[in-house]
Amino acid sequence: MSKFLLGVWGWFPDWSQVLLLNLGKIFMILVPLLLSVAYLTYAERKIIGYMQVRIGPNRVGPKGWLQPLADALKLLLKEIIVPTKASRFLFVFAPILTFAPAIAAWAVIPFTDNLWLANIDAGLLFILALTSMGVYGVIIAGWASNSKYAFLGSMRSAAQIVAYEIAMGFALVGVLMAAGSLNLREIVLHQQGGLHQWYLWPLFPLFLVYLISGVAETNRAPFDVAEGESEIVAGFHVEYSGMAFAIFFLAEYANMILISVMCSIMFLGGWLSPLDGLLPVKILALPVIGTALGGGMHWLLLKMSFILFCFLWFRATFPRYRYDQIMRLGWKVFIPVTLVWIGLMGAVMFLTPWGFIFH
Amino acid sequence: MVKTLKRYLNTFLLFELVKGLMVTGRHLFARKITIQYPEERTPMSPRFRGLHALRRYPNGEERCIACKLCEAVCPACAITIESEERADGTRRTTRYDIDLFKCIYCGFCEESCPVDSIVETRIFEFHFENRGEHVITKEQLLAVGDKYEKQLAADRAADAKYR
Repeated sequence: MSKFLLGVWGWFPDWSQVLLLNLGKIFMILVPLLLSVAYLTYAERKIIGYMQVRIGPNRVGPKGWLQPLADALKLLLKEIIVPTKASRFLFVFAPILTFAPAIAAWAVIPFTDNLWLANIDAGLLFILALTSMGVYGVIIAGWASNSKYAFLGSMRSAAQIVAYEIAMGFALVGVLMAAGSLNLREIVLHQQGGLHQWYLWPLFPLFLVYLISGVAETNRAPFDVAEGESEIVAGFHVEYSGMAFAIFFLAEYANMILISVMCSIMFLGGWLSPLDGLLPVKILALPVIGTALGGGMHWLLLKMSFILFCFLWFRATFPRYRYDQIMRLGWKVFIPVTLVWIGLMGAVMFLTPWGFIFH
Repeated sequence: MVKTLKRYLNTFLLFELVKGLMVTGRHLFARKITIQYPEERTPMSPRFRGLHALRRYPNGEERCIACKLCEAVCPACAITIESEERADGTRRTTRYDIDLFKCIYCGFCEESCPVDSIVETRIFEFHFENRGEHVITKEQLLAVGDKYEKQLAADRAADAKYR
């Protein structure tokens, strides 16, 4: 049977074999990603509910487990209303433009030592470039809606994303200085050797800056002035309904997941176990415990989930920043902090004998 | 100098923010206070003010004497009363309508009634399916009163000593 299947596989021309393999891989990434986006909304409602001493959604299905499916179905069945004076093409194009980069960035994420869609050397740049694309979707959505609130929201979000993109970029410059590579896999491999080798410790300020900028980048509480439901209704997506709105929603959550996976790769050692290199080989040889404690995708997922939980935790805790405070934090705190730390790192690495701290 | 340094350390280590996070973190594990409404209910006071009802005396005679105090006191002008002399010479209502959309469930009608005729029951889950049904008539009010008389009498008795 397998021989027959291999034979069938052999009939395909080479180029289509590559194509099919890659399509399969994309499918393997996309389906779990979309599912986790759906269930992240559920987790958010549950966790925030619990933090507010409520129990959150629990009616649809056992313990509310089918709630995301019900939500998706509802949004699918709703009409997409295009305002009369809206720019039709851009109006429909904008949600796609926000969603596509959030998905496309997953192409270069290494899930384990030898599992990825594309292992490109400029992985970090690729991700920075794609995450910056997302803001165009927001701006275009606000513009194409031809509505004051949407426009205000998109302007806010554009200014905010531009401000925090810089701090975020600088935080990543610190990482690539430490790792000496833009390749995400190599950045992770540089953090081998256990918990204390993670870039979290030598680059702690950059980690904080990255995490907080990540929250600001995804326009989430406490930096959600772009939505600002109390002032400008819902910001850039007021005029959207049905599936078009759902795509914005999906993009926001996909971006959250992306930021958290980036955070785990850059600062928390990606798929590496925190006990990597510290455990004796004997324990690693054990059947179940060995696999659990050794490096693997489950550690990446665990770290991601923790950061996602933090995102939700922040939302349940902090009141929204005022707009000028957001700008102040971005331009006058984060950028100087990261610049000083990068300067310090450079000086320590090249002028003093303590450079090993950052390696 | 030390003070400034301390302030900077506090700011950059996000001390206050972590404190805030701890508060919500604690509540994550706190006992939840949600009441699962259709299955679970909160305790209800005998003074609860829900849907209205007109009561009768134990001999079946309706209590209302059409004094129209409730109509006068109603702050939302939700009550409409018309009265006539009945065959036995007593004054009775011919029409007693309550517009439940206007009603604010303040309980003044109940307070003002000299014969404890108009009362508010514990029923709060009612709905209408057609236009115009929100104005309930004397017959409907009496029917509600007849149906829940036991509960109504018990509630009045429980509250009597505080009046």
